Amino acid sequence: MTATPQSSSVAPRSGPPEPVGAPPKRSGRPYGEWLLAALLLLPNLALLVIFTYRPLADNIRLSFTDWNISAPVAHYIGFDNYKTWWHDPNAHEVLKNTLIFTVATVGISMALGLALAILLDQQLRGRNLVRSAIFAPFVISGAAVGIAFQFVFDPNFGMIRDLFDRVGITVPDFYQRPGWALFMVTATYIWKNLGYTFVIYLAALQGRRADLDEAAEIDGASAWRRFTKVLLPQLRPTTFFLSITVLLNSVQVFDIINVMTRGGPQGYGTTTLVYQVYRETFVNSRAGYGATIATIMFLILLVITVVQVRVMDRGMRRD
Amino acid sequence: MTDNAITGFDPNEKPAGAHQAEAASFGGVGMKIAGYAGMVAIFLLVALPLFWIVVTSFKEKPDIYTQPAQWWPANPTTEGYKSATTEIDFWAFFRNSVIITVLLSIAKIVLGVISAYALSLLRFPGRNLVFLVVIAALMVPNQITVISNYALVSQLGWRNTYQGIIIPLAGVAFGTFLMRNQFLSVPGEIIEAARLDGAGPLKLLWRVVLPMSWPTLIAFSIITVVNEWNEYLWPFLMSDDSRVGTLPIGLTQLQNNDGITNWGPVMAATVLAMLPVLIVFLALQRHMIKGLTAGAVKG
Repeated sequence: MTATPQSSSVAPRSGPPEPVGAPPKRSGRPYGEWLLAALLLLPNLALLVIFTYRPLADNIRLSFTDWNISAPVAHYIGFDNYKTWWHDPNAHEVLKNTLIFTVATVGISMALGLALAILLDQQLRGRNLVRSAIFAPFVISGAAVGIAFQFVFDPNFGMIRDLFDRVGITVPDFYQRPGWALFMVTATYIWKNLGYTFVIYLAALQGRRADLDEAAEIDGASAWRRFTKVLLPQLRPTTFFLSITVLLNSVQVFDIINVMTRGGPQGYGTTTLVYQVYRETFVNSRAGYGATIATIMFLILLVITVVQVRVMDRGMRRD
Repeated sequence: MTDNAITGFDPNEKPAGAHQAEAASFGGVGMKIAGYAGMVAIFLLVALPLFWIVVTSFKEKPDIYTQPAQWWPANPTTEGYKSATTEIDFWAFFRNSVIITVLLSIAKIVLGVISAYALSLLRFPGRNLVFLVVIAALMVPNQITVISNYALVSQLGWRNTYQGIIIPLAGVAFGTFLMRNQFLSVPGEIIEAARLDGAGPLKLLWRVVLPMSWPTLIAFSIITVVNEWNEYLWPFLMSDDSRVGTLPIGLTQLQNNDGITNWGPVMAATVLAMLPVLIVFLALQRHMIKGLTAGAVKG
């Protein structure tokens, strides 16, 4: 990107007889810019409309049909799918799994991420190595992590079994017991994604140093008091940002569950809402019903996000 | 140096104020020891499973199924790697991953840059509304759109094609947001000066704005490449085999090859799938972190 001969940038000034270019261009600019902007934006907008907004709307339409994904026709069946969902004995379990998985992954990865960020913000030898190590799993594909951790958790020959054996604890059956299977996918997800909250919090801690006065004022207060009264309020914007992004990502988990448990054991042991959408649509060929669950999930996410943004606004105004 | 590289900030330079107060409370010998203990613990938590995976990939088959387990292969072998690359069409999956990642990343980077440019430095009616439409897409989970998109792409006969995987994923919301913020931070005087010099809109982008935005562009590019390399759900739905399937799909196939998983080759394939992205990460992590945190700080 070295500067090419100034010809282009200087020419209009040095070329006297030319109709200087600037005045006519300027009067024509608004229209020209409008056209150019349309040209530059159109491809991206078209893609987002066709592959994000259209399916979002179409999904709602499909949720009122009995479509089976392969048939060319779908019949309108009103709210039947929604009624089915309301009475679906699995729906309850799926909601419970989603809630446990989401609360655990969001809560633990944020709390642990913050704790590690504070720890590795201190002057400790070798902290860069550890910082990189914590962040590294975040870049590996969820499918690869899931498959690898299936063997880490293998109840017969896995790593955890071996470690437990050495200290004399009986390892739980992560493959067959639904509760422990849910624990397994949750732990795997946290292992993979901890680096994200850690890095964001670390950056926030380092940016925070700009305003030193506030903390210096309370100098002499206990470490805990300073943590709750100074540090946490300072980090509030970061915490809100993370609570939204981490929640959205966490609710969308598919790869880890698909490769580790396929939603089992015992039917729906680790099936979350997103995985149920996939199972109903593509495994059970009930696309209309899958679309119903997807719509319900979207509504839940929308409500949660709106509430989060409201809370964030209020928190900001208070500051 | 790496410290600066990751954080962009060296605490040694400004040991005053809040940080000093903090150092006082966390700085006792006991706290130091606790700090190092915590560091070792978290390092083991991250590194042990990775070590376990790599060790398993070099074990002979009977050595994998022993109790107590071997933490170092008794008879190191590359058999696992050989069968991983022959049992499934590993290099075809690898090739597909490379092709799809490269094409999709180029598409997303170009689209992100030109959209961001239009939304930051060109003036036209409805600009804020268009920007809102673009970033609102961030709130729509892929998983909700797959049903309808699957139907559309199947109708077009695009299942098991590269375009069927690439085109539906090519819209850019996050990158547009990131690059727009960057372009808006370019000082107005510089842009005005370039305009007075007669630079047209495209020249302004290519000669003035982009050269000042390399760090953000690099961060955006790396995040895009890593994300597309790891993309799972959509390629999984769009491909049935090694014709266009990506590496994660190949891994899933290897895993299911025969009822009982043969862990040696599976771990070898997993290591092979993790390596490229880990190498990219080690080389460029500070750029990636910059992109992620820029989104967070300005978000």
